[in-house]
Amino acid sequence: MLLLIQYTLIFASVLILVALGGCFSEHSGVINLGLEGIMVMGALGGALGMRFLPIGIPGLFYILLVMLFAILVGVLYSSLLAVAAINFKADQTIVGTALNMLGTAAATVIVKAMNTAVNPNDVSSIIQYIEPKKKFIVYLGSFEFNWFMLFTLIILGCAWFVLYKTKFGLRLMACGEHPQAADSVGINVHKMRWSGVLISGGLGGLGGICYILAGVSEWRFEYGVAGFGFLALAVMIFGQWKPTRIALAALMFGFFRALSNTYMGFGFLQALNLPSTVYNMLPYIISIIVLALTSKNSKAPKAEGIPYDKGQR
Amino acid sequence: MSEKTKTNIFKKPGVQSLISSLVCIILGLFIAFIVLLIINPSGAFTSIMNVVKNFLWFKNPASRLKYFGETLVKTVPLLMCALAVLFSYKVGLFNIGTPGQYCAGICAALYAALKWQWGWVPCVLFAIIAGALLASIVGVLKAYLNVNEVISGIMLNWITLYFTNATLTAVKNPASKDTLTIASVNKAALLPKIGLDKIFNDKYVTIAIPIAIVIAVIIMIILDKTKFGYELKATGINKDAAKYCGMMEKTNIIITLVISGALAGLGAAFYYLTDFEQWAVTQSTVPAMGFNGIAATFLGGLNPIGTIFASYFIQHITAGGAFVDLTKYSSQITDLISALIIYLCGFVLFMKTFMNNLIKKSEAKRHVKEFNINDEGGNK
Repeated sequence: MLLLIQYTLIFASVLILVALGGCFSEHSGVINLGLEGIMVMGALGGALGMRFLPIGIPGLFYILLVMLFAILVGVLYSSLLAVAAINFKADQTIVGTALNMLGTAAATVIVKAMNTAVNPNDVSSIIQYIEPKKKFIVYLGSFEFNWFMLFTLIILGCAWFVLYKTKFGLRLMACGEHPQAADSVGINVHKMRWSGVLISGGLGGLGGICYILAGVSEWRFEYGVAGFGFLALAVMIFGQWKPTRIALAALMFGFFRALSNTYMGFGFLQALNLPSTVYNMLPYIISIIVLALTSKNSKAPKAEGIPYDKGQR
Repeated sequence: MSEKTKTNIFKKPGVQSLISSLVCIILGLFIAFIVLLIINPSGAFTSIMNVVKNFLWFKNPASRLKYFGETLVKTVPLLMCALAVLFSYKVGLFNIGTPGQYCAGICAALYAALKWQWGWVPCVLFAIIAGALLASIVGVLKAYLNVNEVISGIMLNWITLYFTNATLTAVKNPASKDTLTIASVNKAALLPKIGLDKIFNDKYVTIAIPIAIVIAVIIMIILDKTKFGYELKATGINKDAAKYCGMMEKTNIIITLVISGALAGLGAAFYYLTDFEQWAVTQSTVPAMGFNGIAATFLGGLNPIGTIFASYFIQHITAGGAFVDLTKYSSQITDLISALIIYLCGFVLFMKTFMNNLIKKSEAKRHVKEFNINDEGGNK
């Protein structure tokens, strides 16, 4: 039971971080389908940080540094989306898809090159982080408390505050609803959209490192992040682009995802004798059902996905 | 006068698409070359050239022909996936569920061939139905419940992957993680070869190759020359306008995705029923074929005939990935190239606007010149 709660919380943290990223980007008017790729790149940034940072750095400082690496790589990578979608008015769906493929391919090529450089016989795409991982976890009895759970809570609060209580957040949302109107009152739409995408890059990168630290202590980069970026988008839609609802939706999705890791521990679930495939499919099936129920009255930002062209004002 | 016809060539959308695609390819290869240079400067040039050469790497003409045939065999599923993406994209839908529909086609074709011992025709039809059914879910969700087709497509990809792994475990080779070969169980399910295997001296070359090309032409005719295709495209451009013109916009969305899924399923049957490759039941990602199909679609300038060449090119460099110096680099460099190409294809619109602006500028300049000449003539 404790294990189920633990996994639910950590997966929910990942989903909240990434979905909030998507939320910022979409509120500014750019659909970020590249979150999956951004997560992979963020995970790569964090994993490289853990590989090269001296392990002697004191606990919290070390954690912050690794997070910083993940955020930086995520922000840099998301600028590829921003340039294409905002400045060159590219189709956001194509560019997002390209970023997903590029993320996994680039991460694999980079990690393999590094592994082969150290040992010519090593052609795997694995980075190990057994020792560094311990720094992220505090044992409360048998419960593994992961620092990311706390950070997610803080970021969630900040995101809500920024979006609804600051000038920046309200302007950002105006650019996603009606960029022409925003522009006419002197808001720089391009700048706002750039900040939206870069914030989503940072949060996506953070979600990526959080994801690979969730269960295992090594990561094979060929695998990418198993559709988590898209699950996060489903969470965002189910959460109607609102941070608090996103958090609740993420908890639900996290629960079903955690169930596939831990169902063996429950007598009555084992008694059902369902194949493990069913539990693997469950989060995805639930997300389709949930989307089917909630998409009809979508509260999506009205101008999302449409490149802003001053000439059309 | 001759100058005028010259500029007109560059005005044609087809020529502009071709130029844009070539720019994407060259830039994609160039960036990959830089990546190789960073990883290890010695051998980067030979490796990138080997990727481009693919089967031309062999000295002996017979092996060249054989590997050319094998590249064609693998181009077929890619072309079908690309056509699937293209067909839905023309109707304004981005069918990213293509890898899942391809996967469903594999599941259906292999299960029917190995477990039920069907002949090749019913196996192919079963694969088509499987792909179409899966895509119809996306279509119904989109048409009636407004579910974003990209997200539902991705979710179905994962569901189908787990389902396929579980189902095909029943026809697995006990000694490995792969499914049984069709030749060892049920030869009747192998696609007929009509002598093509003799020409290429490769037993995997089948009728799938000519049929795939014919299908590409049919898709072009449907989209450009029929009322049905026109209605589908009209729905894609403006759903509401199509509705007010009396078109059934909801049905059109579903039909589009069904056709798209059927193409992906057919592609799977055309590849796996050649026995060229078996399905490994421990796969942890959907086949890359569907995603590469997206690359081929956009590289082909969203034109079915262009897609044939683009699919061949993508498969050519993917197969060429095996010829990079594997002691220094990984073969995933070709995945990187196709991803880069898709990314760069996002800039095609910009490139076309840029070209049109250049043409306009040069024309304006010429007009000014002509005007000046006439002016001088008048002053005399």
